[in-house]
Amino acid sequence: MNAIELEPSPALQEEEPGNYLSESHTVASWLLTTDHKRIGILYLYSILFFFIIASFAAATMRLELLNPQGSLVLSETYNKLFTIHGVLMVWFFLIPSIPAVLGNFTIPMMIGARDVAFPRLNLLSWYIFIGGGLFALYSIVSGGVDTGWTFYTPFSSTYSNTHVIAMAAGVFVAGFSTIITGLNFMVTIHKMRAPGLTWFRLPLFIWSLYSTSLIMVLATPVLAITLALLSLERFWGIGIFDPKLGGDPVLFQHLFWFYSHPAVYIMILPGMGVISEIIPCFARKRIFGYYFVAFSSVAIAVLGFLVWGHHMFVSSQSVYAGLIFSLLSFIVSVPSAIKVFNWTATLYKGSISFETPMLYAFGFIGLFTIGGLTGLFLASLGADVHLHDTYFVIAHFHYIMVGGMVMAFMGGLHYWWPKITGRMYPEFMGKIAALVTFIGFNLTFFPQFLLGYLGMPRRYHTYPPEFQIFHILSTAGASILGVGYLLPLIYFIYSLRYGKKAGPNPWRATGLEWQTSSPPPKDNFLRTPVVKRAPYDYSPFEEEHPQNV
Amino acid sequence: MSETTAAPAHQFETLEQQREAATLGMWIFLATEVLFFGGLFMGYTFVRWSYPEVFEQASHRLDATIGGVNTAVLLLSSLTMALAVKSAQLGKRNALVAFLSLTALLGILFLGFKAIEYHGDYVDHIVPGIPSYHFEGPSAPQAELFFWIYFAMTGLHAIHVTVGIIVIAIMAALAWRRSFSPEHYMPIEVTGLYWHFVDIVWVFLFPLLYLVGHR
Ligand SMILES: [Cu+2]
Repeated sequence: MNAIELEPSPALQEEEPGNYLSESHTVASWLLTTDHKRIGILYLYSILFFFIIASFAAATMRLELLNPQGSLVLSETYNKLFTIHGVLMVWFFLIPSIPAVLGNFTIPMMIGARDVAFPRLNLLSWYIFIGGGLFALYSIVSGGVDTGWTFYTPFSSTYSNTHVIAMAAGVFVAGFSTIITGLNFMVTIHKMRAPGLTWFRLPLFIWSLYSTSLIMVLATPVLAITLALLSLERFWGIGIFDPKLGGDPVLFQHLFWFYSHPAVYIMILPGMGVISEIIPCFARKRIFGYYFVAFSSVAIAVLGFLVWGHHMFVSSQSVYAGLIFSLLSFIVSVPSAIKVFNWTATLYKGSISFETPMLYAFGFIGLFTIGGLTGLFLASLGADVHLHDTYFVIAHFHYIMVGGMVMAFMGGLHYWWPKITGRMYPEFMGKIAALVTFIGFNLTFFPQFLLGYLGMPRRYHTYPPEFQIFHILSTAGASILGVGYLLPLIYFIYSLRYGKKAGPNPWRATGLEWQTSSPPPKDNFLRTPVVKRAPYDYSPFEEEHPQNV
Repeated sequence: MSETTAAPAHQFETLEQQREAATLGMWIFLATEVLFFGGLFMGYTFVRWSYPEVFEQASHRLDATIGGVNTAVLLLSSLTMALAVKSAQLGKRNALVAFLSLTALLGILFLGFKAIEYHGDYVDHIVPGIPSYHFEGPSAPQAELFFWIYFAMTGLHAIHVTVGIIVIAIMAALAWRRSFSPEHYMPIEVTGLYWHFVDIVWVFLFPLLYLVGHR
């Protein structure tokens, strides 16, 4: 094997240079770090913590739903469980997942920089995130919230007797951490690129995170002011959402979804970026239609701001407004479809291998496509009247959020794990876990499409007995899905110690982050790289292995 | 005042790159702020569109004179802020300190007038949410909503003014200790951007809240 010739990078050190992990082991060196790589890892631990809590909430709900009478928890508890699950999963896991963990870790390396533009702000964003998390935890421990993650008025402002303000404060505070992260990424991508790294030489992961950041800085403040108004309404009754004074509860829905629909794209665009990295690498092919994939990210970010009304087809919105929002929602699906076509075209005649990240990428494409297409059902005015607030909606967005984003997060974590830790995860176990996740996921959520179509409303813990079989299937699937998530947790920890050394570039990938040692030195590169080529400069299998032809 | 040749922070290659990054960062932050206030403006628009007459009626109860004087005060402070940035560019340390201090003082003057105005509103019984609130008329609830929106918007703006004053005071202290030079005055420039933004928000708030009823 002529492995040395394959390696395009110059000056790879033979001796072990100091890396960002070995530099210091004290607690203070972690809590006061301004190194984007360490901050990424701080985020990884934090979101894992919230993911576990939110997963337990989901597991309890699934157990409750095994039985049509719901004999495990009280109705109030059930309401609190789905609120905890929604709030924590959305704001404390999904939104920071790929951006704040993988993005933080890789962006500066992918663009050949020593760090993000504002490293101290980066650390501050983590502390703000933790602060928001403490508010949320306080709200849960002191009794919980029963409004659902959407905090709809007038229930949240007037009638709910739970700790709404503390939970809203948690989301409000965490929102500022999102804003700071987005701001930091945008400035970093604009101003910190290595010499020669033009916009169209950027990896597509960077394009997707740039688009994500755009949404983060423009949508999150609207959520912040909305939650502030909600809290003022609840505390003082300022009336803006209260019909008694001439306000309107539906105004809350408009403001909330003006943020929360774009936020859906905060939760999927980064995943699409990860897939755009994995597919070319494991198909050994240049990405098909680079410009289309890049600009479709920006198009999604922009169009995503114009479709919020599709959540209010049955909330007193005029039919004409509904028509426009329906049309726009169909249009916003076009750039997503463009991406799927381009990934598929990249695979065509590629030298595909099936390592774990690639399995997750395949899972992503399939599940995201189902999630996207069922979204079109919901964007149609007539169909939505039937499907609104049913399990069909639940299944649809879990196909996007879990089947899409979490799959991509796992794929990305496996892909960059050797870079982050310097060790390989056990490949066989990785493949098993990817497969178990895929099966478990489909068994959990596919029956929910049927449930919703048959009329099972969301957020109910009792139901007619004829639905029981679907709920049993779903709960069984959730247990398998749980195993799929538990396995990586175990073998990742195992690999930290026993995994084989990864070397700088185990995937023979072309990105700049692979041109430095694993784990990288504190400043990422020993000297600033100069970029002379387009990204994804992969050569086909035959050229890499001439002796095999 | 240029005794140091300032070095860029660790992550930057040049001072120029650092300056551009900081300026861009502030512009993005201001975009965030526009959307933050935007939610309130959206609420204002919705309620005023629903009850235009009540807004005119209730708006008459606000003190447009103090509001007008305060508009002048803030516009003047924008001028002194701009002069501060100019002085920093030219390396005139004493002028920089003077203009920054003047800007901060004008900000404090604004808050002072605002406090007098709020007190006047209290005496006039138009502060909602406390027992002394009183408004006669068939559309009293909607008028109360107007006053809530008035206090929410001017209150949020006052918080921003306060933050601005603190930052400007810190900048003045740093300038006094000769921390800036014509090569390195980016913090002043960025602070200026923020301060102008705070002024512009007020320029919108003043007519929307105080002048709706005046023809
Ligand atoms: Cu939506």
